[in-house]
Amino acid sequence: MHKVYHHVERIAGNVITIRADNVKYRELAEVTSRHGSSLAQVIRLEHGEVSLQVFAGSRGVATDARVRFLGHAMQVPFSDALLGRAFTGGVQPRDNGPTLTENLTNIGGPSVNPSKRIIPCKMVRTGIPMIDVFNTLVESQKLPIFARAGEPYNPLLARIALQAEVDVIILGGMGLKHDDYLTFRDTLEESGALSRTVMFVHTAADPVVECLLVPDISLAVAEQFALEGKRVLVLLTDMTNFADAMKEIAITMEQIPSNRGYPGDLYSQLASRYEKAVDFDTAGSITILAATTMPGDDVTHPVPDNTGYITEGQFYLRNARIEPFGSLSRLKQQVNGDTRDDHRTIMDTMIQLYAGYKETTEKQSMGFRMSEWDNRLLKYGERFESEMMDLSVNIPLEEALDLGWKILAECFDPVETGIHSELIDAFWPSNGQKPEAVAVASD
Amino acid sequence: MSHATGTIVGVNGNMLTVAFEGAVGQNEVGYAKIGDLGLMAEIVRIRGNLADMQVFEDTTDLTVGGTVDFTGDLLSVELGPGLLKGIYDGLQNPLPDLAEECGFFLQRGMYMDSLDRSAKWDFTPKASPGDTVTAGEILGTVPEGIFEHAIMVPFAFKGTFTVETVAPAGSYTIEKTIAQLKDEAGNSVDVCMFQRWPVKMPITAYAERLRPTEPLVTQVRIVDTFFPVARGGTYCIPGPFGAGKTVLQQITSRNAEVDIVVIAACGERAGEVVETLREFPELTDPRTGKSLMDRTVIICNTSSMPVAAREASVYTGVTIAGYYRLMGLDVLLLADSTSRWAQALRETSGRLEEIPGEEAFPAYLESVIASFYERGGIVRLKDGRSGSITIGGTVSPAGGNFDEPVTQATLKVVGAFHGLSRSRSDARRYPAIDPLDSWSKYNTVVDNEVVAFAADLLRRGTEVGQMMKVVGEEGTSDDDFIMYLKAEYLDAVYLQQNAYDTVDGATPAERQKQVFGVIAEILKSSMTFEDKDAARRFFHELTQLTRDWNRLKTDQDGFKEAQARLDKAVSEVSKNA
Ligand SMILES: Nc1ncnc2c1ncn2[C@@H]1O[C@H](COP(=O)(O)OP(=O)(O)O)[C@@H](O)[C@H]1O
Ligand SMILES: [Mg+2]
Repeated sequence: MHKVYHHVERIAGNVITIRADNVKYRELAEVTSRHGSSLAQVIRLEHGEVSLQVFAGSRGVATDARVRFLGHAMQVPFSDALLGRAFTGGVQPRDNGPTLTENLTNIGGPSVNPSKRIIPCKMVRTGIPMIDVFNTLVESQKLPIFARAGEPYNPLLARIALQAEVDVIILGGMGLKHDDYLTFRDTLEESGALSRTVMFVHTAADPVVECLLVPDISLAVAEQFALEGKRVLVLLTDMTNFADAMKEIAITMEQIPSNRGYPGDLYSQLASRYEKAVDFDTAGSITILAATTMPGDDVTHPVPDNTGYITEGQFYLRNARIEPFGSLSRLKQQVNGDTRDDHRTIMDTMIQLYAGYKETTEKQSMGFRMSEWDNRLLKYGERFESEMMDLSVNIPLEEALDLGWKILAECFDPVETGIHSELIDAFWPSNGQKPEAVAVASD
Repeated sequence: MSHATGTIVGVNGNMLTVAFEGAVGQNEVGYAKIGDLGLMAEIVRIRGNLADMQVFEDTTDLTVGGTVDFTGDLLSVELGPGLLKGIYDGLQNPLPDLAEECGFFLQRGMYMDSLDRSAKWDFTPKASPGDTVTAGEILGTVPEGIFEHAIMVPFAFKGTFTVETVAPAGSYTIEKTIAQLKDEAGNSVDVCMFQRWPVKMPITAYAERLRPTEPLVTQVRIVDTFFPVARGGTYCIPGPFGAGKTVLQQITSRNAEVDIVVIAACGERAGEVVETLREFPELTDPRTGKSLMDRTVIICNTSSMPVAAREASVYTGVTIAGYYRLMGLDVLLLADSTSRWAQALRETSGRLEEIPGEEAFPAYLESVIASFYERGGIVRLKDGRSGSITIGGTVSPAGGNFDEPVTQATLKVVGAFHGLSRSRSDARRYPAIDPLDSWSKYNTVVDNEVVAFAADLLRRGTEVGQMMKVVGEEGTSDDDFIMYLKAEYLDAVYLQQNAYDTVDGATPAERQKQVFGVIAEILKSSMTFEDKDAARRFFHELTQLTRDWNRLKTDQDGFKEAQARLDKAVSEVSKNA
């Protein structure tokens, strides 16, 4: 039988401190007061004192609260019964379904042995040229969407989730607006994807500590599915809320902040979640897409900054478009060499020319005379923005590549593109005709 | 000798406070027990009878009152034949063996021998009874892949020893005694084929340190020509995320002209190491014709692995490098990223509640970084040969801003600085080393004066480019405009290099001399054009011709012709001098 304690020594923020013996680090306890009951987790042991982080918050916790230790760390039930269901960050049903208690599995488990990982090699098709052509998404990738609050990152997440061919979708919501949660649910339902989806949603109205649990719970469940051989896509939104919840606890615990109030281990904390993305040797995979809002639209803010160092690239969503500059899929070269011979060249060339266009628009705005070259760039840039960048464009990769050649050919002479001669011979559309996909001897 | 034991009195993250009895030492290793499980930990501070210990594992389930067994040893690694091709975690546990034992996940409290105890090595004695030897001198050798692996007098042996016996040529395991030595006091000691060495201590069993002078060819043109690295030198690659630090290190680990590469993947993505450890066995090292893995050791403590072991991993790497250096080999240690190691120090320091310095890094950050890079260098061995450790570390500055403690502390101690710029990587100008910001104190593989000329041209061309943003093309003189185009051309065909092209991706020193010579002549020739558009068109074409040339092997058909086409194109627009 586990011991029960009845005296709380200190309460600060969402952390309570009691005196207790034989308590394990990270053990869970149930804290019950007149106003209700909540789980809590041990976050510090110091001589006889035990500090616990109360999931539902410390509001209403009294000095005579009853604290009962459970003998184990946080766990989540795992089974196929999760599919189609929605839960809170504390794994309580958010729908009308039953509470699940079977087959408990630990959260925040150990990391995968790097020698058991394989090199990711499967492209995830999204139908979005800015992704498929320029920054191809790859199965098992971990990738954030950096955006200012208010950008349509949640619809973008949902769209990718529906278009991608995956077995299980897990939505981890942190500080999600209730409306946004409902939109997610309805979108998934309408397209018939709800039955392969599990949702763990902490809304802005829920206790902040539960927000901290969402990534670990979502990823622990994802890991179990992946070990069964499933391809899992995890959507986390918004990781900045998760980081802010960590900051709150760190400040309560009087930790020395490193940068703008965030704890010094922000990088390690984020990394231990994102690194759950994996392609298992002989089992399934976990792909993570995570919305990360940038406070003040500032990418050097500690949350996006640390995230960028951890993830395998990032998509910048600005003015409802995926920006070509700064957006990056670090795994793209694992797959874009095997799609079509012209893929990489189209990708590089179109971006370099678009950079030229940006310079030209600067010159133009300063009132300089436009050279012949500038005029070509201007024509090109405008077409690139409307035909490639616009998020409403929804075409397969191959069509997007053909479109790329068409735009280039209608704006430039071959030499101006800097594309090497072999490819020009094979792909450059002649007389405005649609280019034929000819295989080029690879070098 | 029995060792101290202790009792846990506090747990805070990965930091334990332990009340001990008996004597313990700073950096001593102990095991915190959970039942039969022992979690490895290292003492980082001692106050009275309380030791603060950082645990190299997840601390879940530890309890106040739990036991800690001290070992009396410092954190050490095993040095002996079989290290090459190794894939280790930060504490030198072999990851493939762990996978075999535990499956997909790393299990805490699981520690394995770093070196295979059952493998046999063909030993050839090199010392004879009666010889006098000191630490680091050779007793015999075993073949390890393409190298003669020296079995040396253990580095911890102080003073002079007389060889009593040496095993005859034969096949032995590493635990077998292969020599008996007698110390100055007449005591006999057995020596086997491997030894342990504490990672935080430099190995100094050599004659003297030398000054690094000779270039270490990386086959990256902008590096070898403009910002060279020296054998035994140190350099750093700071850059914002996504600028290309890791790719640059990966191509260097493949193409650098050194004997051995030690890769310390320190606190960054696991996926990146996976690329190396899956691809290297398949790739041939053109210098030896053998697998690249044969010359590689990978230390892998990626970001989700325990933070304290991350700090250990760079020391594990440099200790292994130091071991092979004493065999007269040139070793390159690549650490990605040193910032993660510095952050590990910061996390520890924070839990110890030390007074923080800038950005909460500990006040001793600078001296720790300096003494780490000091472990690089070229040395003369006791037998007159030389060996070297070259250290290249990436730095991941917060916000991409180089004015931060880790970058600044590193810049003070390294010999070359390859600063990656966001604007270059955004424009896909790879490798994104900023040609105006970066510097090197070492010798280039080409002619110094021509480099100075080209660097000057780059600077002035860039200035013209900046000016042009203000005054427009119409306000720029034709001469200035041509200078700008020349700088852009040099950038496009020489500084930029396509890492994924088999030929362009690696340019040997000889080819750099040749190509750079040709390009320098082009840059020096004075040209006339009808108007600016004609000039731009000419340089577009020239760029394309040169890029095509870069993609041809020097001994391939068409290489000479391509060069001739370049010369011809240039002569058509050149003024007669
Ligand atoms: N030399 C290069 N050639 C082509 N692409 C590169 C090069 N260097 C970097 N990249 C691109 O940039 C991405 C990020 O590079 P990486 O080295 O991982 O950055 P960092 O380590 O600085 O965060 C790579 O995935 C690749 O797409
Ligand atoms: Mg990197």
